[in-house]
Amino acid sequence: MDNINTFRQLYYTCKEKNKAIYEVALDYEASQGEYSEYHVRLQAKKSLDAMKDAIKTGLNCTEPSPSGMSGDDCDKLQKTSAKSILGSTPQKMMKYALATSEQNLRMGRIVACPTAGSCGIVPAVLIAFAEDNNISENEQINALITAGEVGRLVANKMALAGAVGGCQAECGVASAMAAAALTQMRGGSVKQIINAVALALKNILGLTCDPVCGLVEIPCVKRNPFLAIHAVTASELAMADIISKIPIDEVVDAMEQTGQLMSPLLKESSQGGLAKTKTAIALEKNILK
Amino acid sequence: MRQASIIDIISPVMAGPSSSHTAGAVRLGLLARNVYNAKPDKVTFKLYNSYALTGKGHGTDKGLLAGVLGFSVDDERIKNIFDTPEAQSINYEFEFLQDFNRHPNAVDFIFEGGLNFTVSGDSVGAGEILLTKINNFSVNLSGKYNTILLVYDDKPGVISKVTGIIQEDKVNIASLYCDRSGKGKDASMCICIDGDLTKNCLNNLSDLKDMYIVRYIRKLES
Ligand code: SF4
Repeated sequence: MDNINTFRQLYYTCKEKNKAIYEVALDYEASQGEYSEYHVRLQAKKSLDAMKDAIKTGLNCTEPSPSGMSGDDCDKLQKTSAKSILGSTPQKMMKYALATSEQNLRMGRIVACPTAGSCGIVPAVLIAFAEDNNISENEQINALITAGEVGRLVANKMALAGAVGGCQAECGVASAMAAAALTQMRGGSVKQIINAVALALKNILGLTCDPVCGLVEIPCVKRNPFLAIHAVTASELAMADIISKIPIDEVVDAMEQTGQLMSPLLKESSQGGLAKTKTAIALEKNILK
Repeated sequence: MRQASIIDIISPVMAGPSSSHTAGAVRLGLLARNVYNAKPDKVTFKLYNSYALTGKGHGTDKGLLAGVLGFSVDDERIKNIFDTPEAQSINYEFEFLQDFNRHPNAVDFIFEGGLNFTVSGDSVGAGEILLTKINNFSVNLSGKYNTILLVYDDKPGVISKVTGIIQEDKVNIASLYCDRSGKGKDASMCICIDGDLTKNCLNNLSDLKDMYIVRYIRKLES
């Protein structure tokens, strides 16, 4: 099988073979010799199950994180009396994103997807939508593999690490992956899925990584529900056949360049941005004793 | 470099909160454990730089200890590792240091027991790790391959004898990395292989003259 290193190659392979993204992705993995289709599907199922467990545990827990800075936001959102203007599925996504991220801080079991800091985004979008729309487990696995293929193609160009590309490379990529999974489950075409990815990524370019006290906590936890909804927006626009004028591969190039241009002070070093605010410095004195 | 696979993107299932500071720490501990290959009486962990500064908040200390005790990255007992019977059965100590000549996420494991061993490593990002030093020798161990570690008297001809023995097992050598403490002194060899080595082959390696240490370090599960 020919190399698939870009979204363009992925798109044309899907078209030529008249296959979905996850089908081509599975064929490609198998052709690389390391993982068979069975192996990838098995891991996807294992990850999906772990994601569901983390959500379930997180929804019922208010234990604070070791730093004491967070742990009760999911509970607050579940108890709010304010009427949601987004509707129940997006609100569920926000709850699931918080539940997973808070579990992560409590050293609970989560799935790094693609990273631990961004672990709430893909499960929230995928599982909340699947529950509310009777999506079968098999289709959920297909959606997760679609998301994985998106992450793989971006990772081909740049490391998915805040220290290398800022948070655009972690939560940003997670959001693009979630947009792909969601559009897949909604029956979107290959073109619509790829456009959802492009729209999601394009609109988080420049997102920095400036965690307070050097912990994967502030702003990471609350960033997860934000970027879950970002994925919904991307999918909604793409399903209306709205096209990213800049093709996805060029968006990825732009993201890589933006990551390189970003000051090291804003790439997981906690030496700038939020991490150096007056409040953050005060928190640091309290926590890192 | 190996290209990413979908599997890398949608896994691992791990105990949070950080792939480099928690999962990476567990994996460093697991690989150091495979190197030491015995139950130590005592382990001292020296954490450097970011590992020292933000390690507590990320459970890096717990992860390192859990790894040395053989817990896997997704084990929820890591959170309460200090209270487990496994942890209570050995002595351990943590030191938190700053040294800007070291990697931001660096650690030394000092094993004491029947043998004394110092193993150093770095968590290089996204849960990937690298052991860089074993005692005085530099090494290059990522845990992705089964690896043979040899320490021997630096004499001509050892490398060809060693590769000859490995060839008999019909396994392919993926990489070979040598270092020595000085001409005619101790030398070390790290041989990463595809596949698995037989007991017999390891015995033949141990039987070579002037071999001090022969270790078969198994790769980590991904
Ligand atoms: S801000 Fe940094 S540490 Fe937090 S999720 Fe984003 S990339 Fe990860």
